[in-house]
Amino acid sequence: MAETNNPVEWYRRMQLIRKFEAYLAPLLHSNEIIGAVHEYFGEEAVAVGVCAALKKDDVITSTHRGHGHILAKGGHPKYMFAELLGRETGYNRGRGGSMHIADFSLGIFGANGIVGAGAPMACGASHSFKLRNENRVAVSFFGDGAMNQGVLLESFNLAKVLNLPVIFVCENNGYAVTSPSDVMTPGGIESRAKGFGLSTHSEDGMDVRKVYKTAMNAVSNIKSGKGPIFLEFITERYSIHNISAGDKNLLIRNKRLLGNTWKNDPINRIAEEIISDMKLSREDLESIDIEIERKLENSIKFARESPFPNPESSLDFMYTDTYLNLPLKGW
Amino acid sequence: MRPLSMVKALNEAIYQCMLEDKNIIVLGENVCNRYREETYDLDKYFSKNRVIDMPISEAAFTGFANGAAMAGLRPIVEFQVAGLIYPAFDQIVNQAAKLRLMLGGQCKIPVTFFIMGAGAGGGRAGQHSDNPYPLLIHCGIKTVIPSSPEDAKGLMISSILENDPVAIIIPAGLIEMTGEVPEGFYKIPFANGKICREGHDVTVCAIGNMVPIALKLADKLIDEGIQVEIFDPRSLLPFDKDSLLKSIQKTRRLVIADDSNRSCGFAAEISAVVAENFYNILKAPIKRITRADMTIPYSAPIEKELLPDLDKLESAVRFVIS
Repeated sequence: MAETNNPVEWYRRMQLIRKFEAYLAPLLHSNEIIGAVHEYFGEEAVAVGVCAALKKDDVITSTHRGHGHILAKGGHPKYMFAELLGRETGYNRGRGGSMHIADFSLGIFGANGIVGAGAPMACGASHSFKLRNENRVAVSFFGDGAMNQGVLLESFNLAKVLNLPVIFVCENNGYAVTSPSDVMTPGGIESRAKGFGLSTHSEDGMDVRKVYKTAMNAVSNIKSGKGPIFLEFITERYSIHNISAGDKNLLIRNKRLLGNTWKNDPINRIAEEIISDMKLSREDLESIDIEIERKLENSIKFARESPFPNPESSLDFMYTDTYLNLPLKGW
Repeated sequence: MRPLSMVKALNEAIYQCMLEDKNIIVLGENVCNRYREETYDLDKYFSKNRVIDMPISEAAFTGFANGAAMAGLRPIVEFQVAGLIYPAFDQIVNQAAKLRLMLGGQCKIPVTFFIMGAGAGGGRAGQHSDNPYPLLIHCGIKTVIPSSPEDAKGLMISSILENDPVAIIIPAGLIEMTGEVPEGFYKIPFANGKICREGHDVTVCAIGNMVPIALKLADKLIDEGIQVEIFDPRSLLPFDKDSLLKSIQKTRRLVIADDSNRSCGFAAEISAVVAENFYNILKAPIKRITRADMTIPYSAPIEKELLPDLDKLESAVRFVIS
């Protein structure tokens, strides 16, 4: 999706994420999604604010909690639903599922199931821009839990050593699963990144306007050759770490979570701002909501009507160059 | 053809590839400043964006290579010793090996993991003596091991040009080896094993540094009229099963010489493949000569005791032909 400074567009993208994810608990409840998903409820302003500062050919790497990043960078919900439902028409042809959605045509190098693993890849991608003299940036999203992962800290150093056009975005939602971030990250998050010589900034991640401005500054600094940047956004995760198929309380929980009036909610905040500053009515925003609902209904319909991968294709995609005995079957 | 050392042959392969394709980059610890023979002067011929000295961060620079590959480059990542792949294992196994499939074939990841000095080099102790190719094969990484400078150059070029992650493993015992190497640009295709010596009494399937040892044994036994056929698979994944089976169809006896651990090792895999196909034509049990399932100790007598060598291979060959 193209970069935008239009608050109405920010609102639309945040609502798309919120409403997309509202489908997930019921789909797990009905076993249409198998396994588990990690919801992004509450953190929407970070993905939307950052991706609104990026161009289509800028690259992102995402996390296990990745739906927000994919949608904010322009991912289409129909291919996302299809992936979650394990269909051949999904972004990853049903080979990845919730934690791995990628769309290379949109610069999305994939969500990742290993905490911190995307950061060095964002560094490598950003090096390719440098090598080819392309004016692009790479952004790596990760959570506060990743701040204790060696490969991420190594990547900070490596990015500084090579002066790479990469932005590290820490979504600090306060918890690594259940462990409080301030307990698990002694010395603080931003100061840790500063220790590597990165230029850093910490910002309210519940305010999409502030996130966008911070990201825009980072992108323009990087494009003028000032080197890698670390951004921390303080945010809130409304849900538990993940929700799984077979959990009997999913529907009740979904209703309670979505019905709650979160006092600092990033979507409500931008909605109030739009109404007071831009002379739009609540009805105008509701019509956007209806449009999103319709898009999601069509998307889930597309996914449900899509075929599952053919069992005969189970050996596909492991290798680009295959051989007579590669890959080998197990029988 | 002119004589070249193993490391110079590898250096030449990288140099020639980098001249052909500007997307090829080489990175690792101390790849600049003439520190290592295999990367010698590459930083003189190519820009610093293509020959990159990395901090001592194996996990990060391996991940960097994966990301660069997904963005269209062809990185060669050097590990100076095989044990250094362990700190990078997540990026090799969970990322490089799996991401093409997990992303539904949206990308290719043409990374070369260039692993120098694999195996015991004499007094290097446990952390610098491993031969971890069975681990890589187990995880689906294409894996090749040259046993001569000529093969080293051809296999290196093929590895760099392959569109998937490849580990090219250079045995520590062969780094100083010199042999005739063609000047030009040539590939040795994968899954293309080589009969290094023809014979009809027994097939020895030898890997890497075990190939010259097997050749020495073949020379020794020829005086007794024993003809050993030596098969060097060169690429372990993919494996040239048909050429090995063809050799065994002739000799009906198999000894595997593999300087890696015994349990779940490469020799165990070959042994199983041959037994599944040929249980009824073998004239003797398959014998495996591997290293012991041990951490390799420092002191020479106990190091030697645990590693496969000419004597151990000779007894195995004599056993299967007796």
